[in-house]
Amino acid sequence: MQKYSIFNLVKNAFSNHENWDLAWKDPTPKEEYDVVIIGGGGHGLATAYYLAKEHNITKVAIIEKGWIGGGNVGRNTTIIRSNYMHDENALFSEFGMDLWRKMSQDLNYNVMFSPRGIINLAHSDAQMNTYARRGNSMRLNGIDAVLLNREQVKEIIPMADFSENVRFPIFGGLMQPSAGTARHDAVAWGYARQADSMGVDIIQNCEVTGFDVTAGKINGIRTSRGNIKTKKVGLCVAGSTNILAEKLNMTLPIETHLLQACVSEPVKPILDRVVTFGAGHFYISQSDKGEMVMGGDLDGYNSYAQRGNLPTLQHVLTEGIAMMPFLSKLKMLRTWGGIMDMSMDGSPIIDKTHIDGLYLNCGWCYGGFKATPASGWTFAHTIAQDRVHELNAGFSLNRFSTGYLIDEKGLGTKTWIS
Amino acid sequence: MLHIKCPHCGMRSQNEFSYGGDASVKRPELNKEISDEEWDNFVYNRKSLRGKHLELWQHLSGCRQWIKVERDTATHEIFNTYKADEEIS
Repeated sequence: MQKYSIFNLVKNAFSNHENWDLAWKDPTPKEEYDVVIIGGGGHGLATAYYLAKEHNITKVAIIEKGWIGGGNVGRNTTIIRSNYMHDENALFSEFGMDLWRKMSQDLNYNVMFSPRGIINLAHSDAQMNTYARRGNSMRLNGIDAVLLNREQVKEIIPMADFSENVRFPIFGGLMQPSAGTARHDAVAWGYARQADSMGVDIIQNCEVTGFDVTAGKINGIRTSRGNIKTKKVGLCVAGSTNILAEKLNMTLPIETHLLQACVSEPVKPILDRVVTFGAGHFYISQSDKGEMVMGGDLDGYNSYAQRGNLPTLQHVLTEGIAMMPFLSKLKMLRTWGGIMDMSMDGSPIIDKTHIDGLYLNCGWCYGGFKATPASGWTFAHTIAQDRVHELNAGFSLNRFSTGYLIDEKGLGTKTWIS
Repeated sequence: MLHIKCPHCGMRSQNEFSYGGDASVKRPELNKEISDEEWDNFVYNRKSLRGKHLELWQHLSGCRQWIKVERDTATHEIFNTYKADEEIS
């Protein structure tokens, strides 16, 4: 594989950049693989990369129905954070933060990781207390957290509404300075390029149509491009998890819902942090191109449509304007939707299943993108060693029946209000 | 925006309704031995179908009745609506 470096950039300039290698190949599926990963999104690509890199398993195929990076890894709002209260989520995400910091060097691909900090705004005394508690929990787990008062928040984001007679006045906020954003497509492409260079077959335009399971063991998969034999299959298909689970006669604690995001027209730099509204569900950051990147609530009903509906967008942007009134002057550039695998407690599932050789990675809710490296790393470990790592031990499938839920927000089982 | 035909009030906009989830889920019968698996299926496990999906909605800003709606989760087309206690063939 050609290394991306200043020297190669100069060298290729002499041939008008026409002789760069392809970033990844377009192989036809082989008859048999050691591991097949279904889903060529961020998590699937990262899993294949860590299987090759950490576990020396390179006879791996990634099967993708569409094209790699066409799903949620290309549809999110690029936020990376580890500001969780519960140990399982906190330690897992903080492990991921470390991988994020090294990612550009590790992948030889600039993922433009920008640790600009995230501020969760508080709008009441009670919320300040809750944030103080969450911040303390984070610090006990070695994650940076700073509780800000109103004046300190005002210094950082003076464009927010600090007037006296607003419905939700800003009391302060909880900041994780090491959180940030990254270029989401680059994450998918960087993992794909490295995985491909280590021998992983990235097979696009290939739909999984069924599974060969005999005597509780996986023996292979059936696809639109022929049958593939394998002893290990990893499911990394986010919002499509239930569709494949149905083919396996499994019913999961997952519902598929639609989440929208949008960007405004590009404007000059005004916001150098990620900010979330504490009295509703709205988050915002400014991209390197100058667009304000915004998102919020689910559309609120089961959906597999990768496009949204206007009432939710209006609701979300109303919150945005309440928080930062200048947003009302901006024109909307694009809106889009992605389908989320919403779990019943808001936390993910990375586990083995009752079928020998079938591994499950799903339930990412709003937080799939930031989990990409940690999810890939722990899922690769789970598949390679046939046992969960301590980092994903809590994300078990049976936690729902045993009662060990990880309900970060305490919202219960209505996935569409979480 | 979805337009939902409330069987009590007629065609109304989605803004008047609140969602209640999968309507095919049945609570295990009272005063009967319930296995953990049955209870799991009632509380947590969902089919989350792609395509025709029977779901509960409440006409919250209208007659406040719960209703059943048959809707396509891929196209958002609404085929039919029923009263909550209506038998669906």
